[in-house]
Amino acid sequence: MSKKRYPRFFGFLALFSMLLLSGCDYTLLDPKGHVGVQERDLIITATLLMLLVVVPVIFMTIIFAWKYRATNKSATYTPDWAHSTRIELVVWLVPLAIIIVLGYVTYKSTHALDPYRPLESDVKPVTIEVVALDWKWLFIYPEQGIATVNKIVFPANTPINFRITSDSVMNSFFIPALGGQIYAMAGMQTKLHLIANENGEFDGISANYSGAGFTGMKFKATATSQADFDAWVADVKNSPKTLATAEYAALAKPSERNPVELYSSVTPNLFQIIIDKYEGMKPGKIVHEKKEVAGTEGMDMGKHSAAQAEE
Amino acid sequence: MSNLVFDGAKGHDHGHDHEHDHGHHDAGEMKIYGFWIYLMTDCILFASIFAIYAVLVNNVAGGPAGHDIFELPYVLGETACLLLSSITYGFAMLAMHKGNKSGVLGWLFVTFLFGLGFIGMEINEFHLLISEGYGPNRSGFLSAFFTLVGTHGLHVTSGLIWMAIMMYQVSKHGLTGTNQTRLSMLSLFWHFLDVVWICVFTVVYLMGTI
Amino acid sequence: MFGKLSLDAIPFHEPIVMITVAMIAIGGAALLGLITYFKKWTYLYTEWLTSVDHKKIGVMYIIIAMVMLLRGFADAVLMRSQLAMATEGSPGYLPPEHYDQIFTAHGVIMIIFMAMPFFTGLMNIVVPLQIGARDVAFPFLNSLSLYLLISGVILVNVSLGVGEFARTGWVAYPPLSELGYSPGVGVDYYIWALQLSGLGTTLTGVNFLVTVLKMRTPGMKLMDMPIFTWTCTWANVLIVASFPILTGTLAFLTLDRYLDFHIFTNELGGNPMMYVNLFWAWGHPEVYILILPAFGVFSEVISTFTGKRLFGHHSMIYASGAISILGFMVWLHHFFTMGSGASVNAFFGLATMLISIPTGVKLFNWLFTIYQGRLRFTAPVLWTLGFMVTFSIGGMTGVLLAIPGADFVLHNSLFVIAHFHNVIIGGAVFGYIAGFAFWFPKAFGFKLNEKWGKAAFWFWISGFYVAFMPLYALGFMGMTRRLNTTDNPDWTPYLHVAFVGALLIAVGIACQLIQIFVSIRDREQNRDLTGDPWNGHTLEWSTSSPPPFYNFAEMPKANEIDPWYAAKRDGEAYKVPAKYSDIHMPNNTATGMVMGGLLTVFGFAMIWHIFWLAAVSLIGTIVYFVIHAARDDQGYMVPASEVARIEGEQHAILARVRNGQTNSPVNKLEQA
Repeated sequence: MSKKRYPRFFGFLALFSMLLLSGCDYTLLDPKGHVGVQERDLIITATLLMLLVVVPVIFMTIIFAWKYRATNKSATYTPDWAHSTRIELVVWLVPLAIIIVLGYVTYKSTHALDPYRPLESDVKPVTIEVVALDWKWLFIYPEQGIATVNKIVFPANTPINFRITSDSVMNSFFIPALGGQIYAMAGMQTKLHLIANENGEFDGISANYSGAGFTGMKFKATATSQADFDAWVADVKNSPKTLATAEYAALAKPSERNPVELYSSVTPNLFQIIIDKYEGMKPGKIVHEKKEVAGTEGMDMGKHSAAQAEE
Repeated sequence: MSNLVFDGAKGHDHGHDHEHDHGHHDAGEMKIYGFWIYLMTDCILFASIFAIYAVLVNNVAGGPAGHDIFELPYVLGETACLLLSSITYGFAMLAMHKGNKSGVLGWLFVTFLFGLGFIGMEINEFHLLISEGYGPNRSGFLSAFFTLVGTHGLHVTSGLIWMAIMMYQVSKHGLTGTNQTRLSMLSLFWHFLDVVWICVFTVVYLMGTI
Repeated sequence: MFGKLSLDAIPFHEPIVMITVAMIAIGGAALLGLITYFKKWTYLYTEWLTSVDHKKIGVMYIIIAMVMLLRGFADAVLMRSQLAMATEGSPGYLPPEHYDQIFTAHGVIMIIFMAMPFFTGLMNIVVPLQIGARDVAFPFLNSLSLYLLISGVILVNVSLGVGEFARTGWVAYPPLSELGYSPGVGVDYYIWALQLSGLGTTLTGVNFLVTVLKMRTPGMKLMDMPIFTWTCTWANVLIVASFPILTGTLAFLTLDRYLDFHIFTNELGGNPMMYVNLFWAWGHPEVYILILPAFGVFSEVISTFTGKRLFGHHSMIYASGAISILGFMVWLHHFFTMGSGASVNAFFGLATMLISIPTGVKLFNWLFTIYQGRLRFTAPVLWTLGFMVTFSIGGMTGVLLAIPGADFVLHNSLFVIAHFHNVIIGGAVFGYIAGFAFWFPKAFGFKLNEKWGKAAFWFWISGFYVAFMPLYALGFMGMTRRLNTTDNPDWTPYLHVAFVGALLIAVGIACQLIQIFVSIRDREQNRDLTGDPWNGHTLEWSTSSPPPFYNFAEMPKANEIDPWYAAKRDGEAYKVPAKYSDIHMPNNTATGMVMGGLLTVFGFAMIWHIFWLAAVSLIGTIVYFVIHAARDDQGYMVPASEVARIEGEQHAILARVRNGQTNSPVNKLEQA
């Protein structure tokens, strides 16, 4: 009965043909930055290590099922054989050995690829502050004093230090071609360090569902030469739009599929101001107010701003 | 209805034992065993609330912290009520094992009063806090406080309702096997709540006032 | 008076929903009409709805699971067709606010209202029989658990026609699920459906733990228990330890939404990350709750159909225990990307990887059960072999995701979707379907049609690969989950192929429905007269099919592993006892149904803020329960003469089988 074998290989055929068919379009397997490259190599190493067990298991399943089928009376039949210490030792210890190797790889790589860890480089990093809004991405360049919506440009071969927060619900800041993601959360700052090792335009997304406009919450990340980057910054500085308080309040209102916006100037410290809106998130800052009337020292700021964000 | 007695502790009638096949142990013992397991799930529920409290205890959002609003002498009073109620429940159980129905009813009533006192004091404390604007909607810390102490209080209240029902059942039907099993389960519940309260006043009130 | 409820709650403007609701209403009315026409209401009420018999309760659980499989699968087809159509800028046919409810409902339904009831049903039917008990420890509680599940099912389905469902994903993270960002009733439907059914599950966990620990037939040591019972027991340990966390988490979200608390809100000091932690502290054990009983099914199926003892009985128990305990220590791997730091991430990654070791042990034990056995390729065996291959792949992708560095690029992508469908379908669903086919004769007295069963298998497994292998690829191409349209032309062919896969699975499900119809039609030709249609090893096969309501006339002997196998080997099977005794059985009761109904009203009232109704129904529930408890129903005695009569009927059938007077192919009853 060869029909047993066919569907097993069908599965592999489907999988491998997928992978082979258009190999160059697998963003995660063809990353454009060093961080992404390390992550890809990790995936491949781990997969190969595990195939050491998975492939034999799959083959044994097929072979054993076939050889010991009931109609094959010539095969040995040992109905009461149900224990073997030797086999037990092998099946507990061999996978354990593989996991120890994989565990070591995991331990080292987890520290090396920690998103908070600055990248080692002689080049001075560019800092970009990221604010997740409903449903667009606001980017602030604190050192250049400009801001954009749904578009970033940065020099290639330069570490980019992202500082990320949200003025809304949880999102996840992700540029698949360059490497891993990290959550954007209100009242908190997360960090991500990426680098692009070639010029190009890369897709950026949110990787955590955040509501009605989530699907359209996309941005473009462009890596260019240093000169082109400087020219772009200069261009933005000539933009008629500025991101002061009132503009930011309007921007923070829910909207979908926003077009790219460029702001020539931005409220100083806007990023920190946004984080600080969610005052109560931060522990500490205990105000002694024994029986005093509530309403001192901006306690209600949280409430007002929250209402703002929710509109 | 049927007055066959199948579960409970000593003293149930053995007349038909040899003709039927239980196939399992004393049903009363099994109920108590099952109740223990339920109590462990309740323990984990409380653990998750303690976890919330630990995370949110410092999130005062510019409002009051523990030492601004906790009054230890008052909490001592509440604690005394609850601990004493555990002792009196213990006396009730002793009376039950001796088959002393009026003793059981008496001690249950005293326990009930102590429990009611605890709840009354707690409601008073909540009311005061809310009227001062320090209700659960003021900050994460206060939300966690009200959730933890309030959940415990809800459990105690449920225990009091159960106790009232048991007092009625015992006075009406006596110390039947079923009633004894249920009094045993309530006993476990009541002492469990006492233990949780010890954790609550340590973690919330004592540590909050340091 | 009616809280937030008004006629506006009915989505008249959404034709797809209205047509579905109309179909459900017509179908429901037809069903009620048929029951009335055939005058079956009394039968239904006395024999099924008020039953406290674990076998009947189990059947009802499985019927619910299968109906919800259809609803959840319909959601899947809607999603796959939308994504296949809405490529490269096209909006598709499902408006986003509708689509976002569908993927939320799909997850909730499949996990909570299909997979959980399916395993609970199998456990209900089989475990008491396997340990030689007459029922579970708390039969009334068992009925109540069923009705709490039904409460949840009703609420989830009502949300389709009255109001809306949550638009948050099945995990419902705050702040999105908080009132500010989800002001509608959708999240409230989610909360109450999960809270009520979760309570039922917790009670089931307690019930079965006590049953297994206290009601085994004399002589059966814990380590001798069959592996299906053992895996269900580990699952119950996980249930009692993890479901309270869900209860708490949902309660906290409820307090935030209803009473303006700030436990998980963004503002005023809430901490949404805490929800993520608590949710997954429940959520990860939940998926092991789903998979362990399926592992148990495979153990029973493989050992039975190879005609061999299960290899490594004790190590299976230890491996299942290791999986359970480790399953509590890995929850953070669901959010490596939330920024916990390298040390924390590494710990949880390593802990997760460790689980693959005991899981591998189980796979090898199954392999060595097949080794030097005589494998019969019945439908349950096909599901098992399909599982062994498919789950290996799914497990591998799981270990891959357990590496934080890899997860950083794969988190929330379609790779993750493919992984968990790989293990849930290839593991849990295949297992439950195998268990369904395996124990169907025991529950109903006749076998399922093999041909349609095998056809269902081939369509399911090929459909699975065609639907989900492209999703692995899409994950590598940077596609994230929960999108309602796409615009990358490279993705389009994969989305089309995935849709075809869904259609193949649809054919598989159709085959299963046909199988049930055909099997019922042909039941007389496929009667299981002996109660042991597969030459089984464990005690459930020593009873008739279906078993008498009291299961065992006398407590069966069980001094070693596989006691039924031992009995047949030693010539002790089917012995007629010297005398019968009276049997003590619990009475049926409507209390579970009434309490469940009142709690459904309570849930609905809470959702719509009809607070007076919520109070009335909650108090009514408690009052009804107190009255039930006060009645102190002690059950009834089945006289020995009645037992003798029922047993005599079965022994007469067995005699006819032995004498070759029936068309049963089994005529050597004591064959080992």
